[in-house]
Amino acid sequence: MTETREAAPGSLPIDLAIETHGLVKRFGHRSAVDGIDLAVPRGAVYGFLGPNGSGKTTTIRVLLGLASANGGEIRVLGREMPQQLASVLPEVGALVEGPGFYPFLSGADNLLRLDSADRHGSSATRHRRVNEALDRVGLGHAAGKKVRAYSLGMKQRLGLANAMLRPRELLVLDEPTNGLDPQGTREVRSLVRSLAAGGATVFVSSHLLAEVEQMCTHVGVMSAGRLVAQGPLDELRSAGQAHVLVRTPDGERAARVLARLGLVPGEAPGHGVIQGNGLDGIEPEEIVAALVADGVRVRGFSVENATLEERFVSLTGEGFDVVG
Amino acid sequence: MLVALAAVPILIALAVKLSSRPATPGRGPLFLDRITQNGLFVAVTALVVCVPLFLPLTVGVVAGDTIAGEANLGTLRYLLLAPSGRIRLLLVKYAGAVAFCCAATATVAAAGALAGVVFFPIGPVTLLSGDTIGVGESVLRSLLIAAYITVSLLGLSAIGLLISTFTDVPVGAMAATIVLSVVSQVLDNLPQLEWLHPWLFSHHWLGFADLLRQPVSWTSFGENALLQAGYIAVCGALAYGKFTTKDILS
Repeated sequence: MTETREAAPGSLPIDLAIETHGLVKRFGHRSAVDGIDLAVPRGAVYGFLGPNGSGKTTTIRVLLGLASANGGEIRVLGREMPQQLASVLPEVGALVEGPGFYPFLSGADNLLRLDSADRHGSSATRHRRVNEALDRVGLGHAAGKKVRAYSLGMKQRLGLANAMLRPRELLVLDEPTNGLDPQGTREVRSLVRSLAAGGATVFVSSHLLAEVEQMCTHVGVMSAGRLVAQGPLDELRSAGQAHVLVRTPDGERAARVLARLGLVPGEAPGHGVIQGNGLDGIEPEEIVAALVADGVRVRGFSVENATLEERFVSLTGEGFDVVG
Repeated sequence: MLVALAAVPILIALAVKLSSRPATPGRGPLFLDRITQNGLFVAVTALVVCVPLFLPLTVGVVAGDTIAGEANLGTLRYLLLAPSGRIRLLLVKYAGAVAFCCAATATVAAAGALAGVVFFPIGPVTLLSGDTIGVGESVLRSLLIAAYITVSLLGLSAIGLLISTFTDVPVGAMAATIVLSVVSQVLDNLPQLEWLHPWLFSHHWLGFADLLRQPVSWTSFGENALLQAGYIAVCGALAYGKFTTKDILS
């Protein structure tokens, strides 16, 4: 997978909101993050994918200076981390590994307290900003309720509100739709889109592929502490390209025709099915016409689009067990 | 906790008031026998009673909860991301513990004074040196003793803060802090460990009798303050070293 930075040789390097080189984080002897090179372009909605335990949250913790790296370089918003932590963090809104709030305070009071912990948050606009953030995540009516009485989804929304207390250049959202109902999930999607439309970069970790497919422009895939793929969503999807399946008793002849058209023929699962990979610039009907013209008895023909899920599983493996 | 602390002097005053037997001088807590003659002693007696266990208990709970409590709630990471800055957070948390020490001793003293005024006659106080001082002066002395005890608790607060940076379990940090305060007092009572006594943070805890002399002898106050400052410096430095390099994984 080509990195975005190298996508346009000769032109200026693309401005990156998050950039790491050989980032390593070890716990004891185990490498939770094993030399990853993240490249998150500014203005992107970057989906950070990976199975449970693949190092997503650890990476986020290191990026935000909560944990220290054992090796590698990190630049966030163009500044060295963790040296410039104090100047970077005010520009970053974050939701890390679920919300954390004081159960004995109301939602609004929790946000007020967190905002007053930040020296950069102006106290004059504090109440207004808190109310706006609460309205934005649909918690306006529950602002005065104690967080103890909140449902998981409401706490998650409050966490999102906290990330948006001030205009941010970068939002790091770790599993933002955890515990949300379908409406909440939709709202988060539109929220992320509106944030991106406002010029912010959004870094979303998730294991919900459908969600990532719907809202992300770029994707990175983690597996067992390594970044196994990274790039624009379309590029990643097309790497597991669409392919055609031809059901025919004339296997060999069909394979020859496919090869002549520039496809890569291969055996597909099932008897008498030929797969043709690399469906680039060829219309499916042209393939059928060519097959028929060559006397191949076509009994079935279909174009299969690669889904992100297929690509994801092919990158991270089928196994259900948590790796590491 | 402040309510519980305020209950101590009130309980003492009620017990003395309701008991028909006059307190025997020399038995029970310091100054207990004087309460019936002068209500102003309720505050001092209550402070004496609270110093060995009750005050360290509450201070241990507050100081042990400082960092570990936030970690346990998951709010620590959001405070740091706000960003509040690790050194600033540590200082604010310690300031909070110090404020609690002040509030705790002030509560005991105030509740004691109140209970004394309500239940007993008030009059001039005879000091340990034999001099007699007026009511105003004696209130001042009570405040001085409260200040002395507050200072005494600052070292323990620093220890609690330090322990709190090592764990995400607030109860563990609280218990460890309280246990340390008890251990320190036990060691302070073993004559075999006399060489160690001046270094124990609880060594001067009950040494405020000097403040009840005329003129006030500041020696023990100074020694105590110096010892507590030493504990604050050492524990503060260790807490700083631990907390600024710690991976926040809670």
